[in-house]
Amino acid sequence: MELAISVITGLMILGALYAIHAKDLLSSVIACGIVGYSLVICFLLLKAPDLAIVQIVVDTITLIIMVAVVLDSSREEKYSKPDTMGYVSAATGIILIFIFLWFFIASIQQLDVLGKSTLRMAGPYIEGAAYKTGSANLVTGVVFDFRGYDTMGEAVVLVTAVLGVLTILRLKGKK
Amino acid sequence: MIAYIMCFILFLVGLYGVITRRNLVKIAVSLSIMEISIFLLFALIGYVDGGVAPIVDPADPVKTYVDPLPQAMVLTAIVIGLATTAMLMTIIIRLYRKYGTFDIREIKNLRG
Repeated sequence: MELAISVITGLMILGALYAIHAKDLLSSVIACGIVGYSLVICFLLLKAPDLAIVQIVVDTITLIIMVAVVLDSSREEKYSKPDTMGYVSAATGIILIFIFLWFFIASIQQLDVLGKSTLRMAGPYIEGAAYKTGSANLVTGVVFDFRGYDTMGEAVVLVTAVLGVLTILRLKGKK
Repeated sequence: MIAYIMCFILFLVGLYGVITRRNLVKIAVSLSIMEISIFLLFALIGYVDGGVAPIVDPADPVKTYVDPLPQAMVLTAIVIGLATTAMLMTIIIRLYRKYGTFDIREIKNLRG
C-alpha cells in the first residue's frame, strides 16, 4: 500500500515539475490536472470514497476555469534572464526550504507510522455516530452534524467567493 | 514514512514554483499543487491498515474503519480550495485585460 502511494506521488511530483517548467501555459494547466487526478487515485487507495468524488468534481471545475483563462491570452511564457530580484527570491526559497525541512523533521516524530493511526479523536465518532446522527456514512455524520457550524462557515466562504468573482468581473477598469 | 517524505517533496515543488516563477498562471498552478500535497498528507494520517471506508453497514459489522475525522476536514478544505482558486483566476484575468501580460515584474513596471 505504502509503495503504491509512493509511486503515484512520484508521478505527481513529475507532473508538478513539468507544470512549473512547461513553455506553453496550456500544457502547464493540463499537467496540473495530472496532479489532481492522481490525487483521486490516492484517495481511493486510502479508503476515502467521499473525498475521491469531491476531488474529481472540483478538479474538473478548476481545470475548466484555468483553461478558460489561458485560452483567452497569448499562451506562451516569455523567457527572461534572471536579474537581481531573481537571485533574491532564489535565496529566500532556499532559506524557506530549510525552515520547512526543520519543521517536517520535528513533526514527523510526532506522527504515527503510516497505517497505525490510533484514532484518538475519532473513537467516539465511530462508536456512536451512526446511532446518534442516523447517517450510515460517518464522514457525512461528522461534516453535517458534529461539525455543522464548520460546514456553515464553509458555505459562507463559498458565497463570498462567488460574490467576489461576480463583482470583479463586472467592474469597469480605469483607463 | 516514504509516503510522508514524497508528500513533503511535492509541497516543496509547489513552494519552489511559487517563489521562482514570474507568470501569474504558473503561480496559481503552484499554489494548487501545494494545496494538493496537504490534502494527501491528511488522508495519509487517517489511514489504518486493513480498515474499510467509514460507512457503517448494520447487517455486517466490521471492527476497523479508517479515521473519518481527517476525511471530513479535507472535504471542507477541498471546497474552500476551489473557491480561492476561482477568486485567484478572476483577479488574474482582470490583470491580463488591463496590462496585457501575465508577467508580475512587467506589471510592476507598467504600473508606474
